[in-house]
Amino acid sequence: MYTEIILAGFGGQGVLLIGKLLAYAGMKDGLEVTWMPAYGPEMRGGTCNCTVVLSDRQVGSPISRNPHGAVVLNLQSIDKFESTIRPGGIMVVNTSLINRAPLRRDLIVVPVAANQIAQEAGSAKAANMVALGGFLGASRVVDLDLVKATLAETFAGRPKIVQLNHTCLDKGFAIGQAVAAMPPGR
Amino acid sequence: MAKKLMKGCEAIGEAAIQAGCRLFFGYPITPQNEIPEYLSGRLPQVGGTFLQVESEVAASNMLYGAAGAGCRCFTSSSSPGISLMAEAMSYIAASELPVVFVNIMRAGPGLGGILPSQADYRQATKGGGHGDYRLLVLAPSTVQEAADLTMEAFDLADKYRSPVLILGDGLIGQMMEPVEFKRRIEPEDLPAKPWATTGAQGRPPNIINSLYLNPEDLERHNWALAKKYQAMASEVRYETYLADEKLDVLVVAYGSVARIARTSIDALREKGLKVGLFRPVTLFPYPSDALAQTALRADRVLVTELSTGQMLDDVRAVVAGRRPVEFFGRVGGMIMSAEELAEQVEAIAAVPV
Repeated sequence: MYTEIILAGFGGQGVLLIGKLLAYAGMKDGLEVTWMPAYGPEMRGGTCNCTVVLSDRQVGSPISRNPHGAVVLNLQSIDKFESTIRPGGIMVVNTSLINRAPLRRDLIVVPVAANQIAQEAGSAKAANMVALGGFLGASRVVDLDLVKATLAETFAGRPKIVQLNHTCLDKGFAIGQAVAAMPPGR
Repeated sequence: MAKKLMKGCEAIGEAAIQAGCRLFFGYPITPQNEIPEYLSGRLPQVGGTFLQVESEVAASNMLYGAAGAGCRCFTSSSSPGISLMAEAMSYIAASELPVVFVNIMRAGPGLGGILPSQADYRQATKGGGHGDYRLLVLAPSTVQEAADLTMEAFDLADKYRSPVLILGDGLIGQMMEPVEFKRRIEPEDLPAKPWATTGAQGRPPNIINSLYLNPEDLERHNWALAKKYQAMASEVRYETYLADEKLDVLVVAYGSVARIARTSIDALREKGLKVGLFRPVTLFPYPSDALAQTALRADRVLVTELSTGQMLDDVRAVVAGRRPVEFFGRVGGMIMSAEELAEQVEAIAAVPV
């Protein structure tokens, strides 16, 4: 297993956090992992992205020209990364902020109205968790329970936050799972 | 001890503490700010001292003082900041003091950019400061290795009474990977330094100095230093990957670029190309003998760096015309992708020898 995932949005959406959660859960699952944030001038102007590699063998490059999967939380991010994803890859699209359809026909697209779902669950700030859930449901790259346990550790002592984030992960997961269950060619 | 997910910068900071270092004098500069930031919280916890000082010139000269007084101490900076430390490095080497420096390289020259590069190889291995001195240079390729080499750097600095430089880059500094700290030593358990200025009660005074006005004395001193640097040859480290057989191309790379190369090589091997990697870990002393041996197993050599070609010169010297040596580099903070590097290797492999 060697999976490269890019997570992208604007600063403040919690893109780096969900990347770290993914990496942390992967590490707990016994995988070799890397988490690499973009920290260059593209960060100015508000964009934000990180690359997570999950592998059963030593990780080489921590960055990828053609990732296996992507979680894109805003329009700028889908514009930048959609074309780079490998054919057959998973792309989680935050439809709350992305108002165009994907251009690629060869990806497994998981549309999540992340902001809306998070708002209904208690706070739009947890939109990132809905998106992460969507990716986990479609890819099964790490166990959802492991991610939830990691999150609970990260926010230990703040049960309401943990509850909100878990709910959002679940809702996203269900969407991702449903997409993955659909026959190909849709 | 369980593995923790840590940034390269943070792992270096923690490793220094595990190695019994309780002093850090530094100055902020991207992309190594996480080192002073981490230590500003961590050092007070272990009874150490963290100082953000007025400049890198101040930091490096304070290290001269602290090391002269027998304390394990270190600093970190990035390219332009390391340039400011050059004079102090020369003084520290000349005075035979153990100090650890960390350079998280960024793109230059000048103020340059904040993204990763490897364009300080020449500065690190060939000088930086003035005079006949050398730094022992270690180049980690993973966060774990950065932690391990940082701990060893303090031991090596003490062993040779000489400055040691950890040469990292923005990629290693900023990325997170699992790391475990394999041993810990407390400052009080470190061997005593009878040469240090710890207070001359009941013994003749120790003098830490690099001024030798008498040329015969200075000549003697210079040859003694040269002998010391030659003795460092026993610390040579390197790693090879899939390079034990006859090769179409041998890739030579260090640090972050070496790990990018591994991904390229895995993809190329699946296509049937015989490609291997030679990864120096010590950049001084350079693993010349091992590289020569490995290079002669290949039809061609490709050096790849995040520079316009600095280690390239050393590889050319080692190969000495016996094999074609090609170069592929990215600069300015741009980083080659594994796919891009693989394309370069394929193109080179296609040229008949």
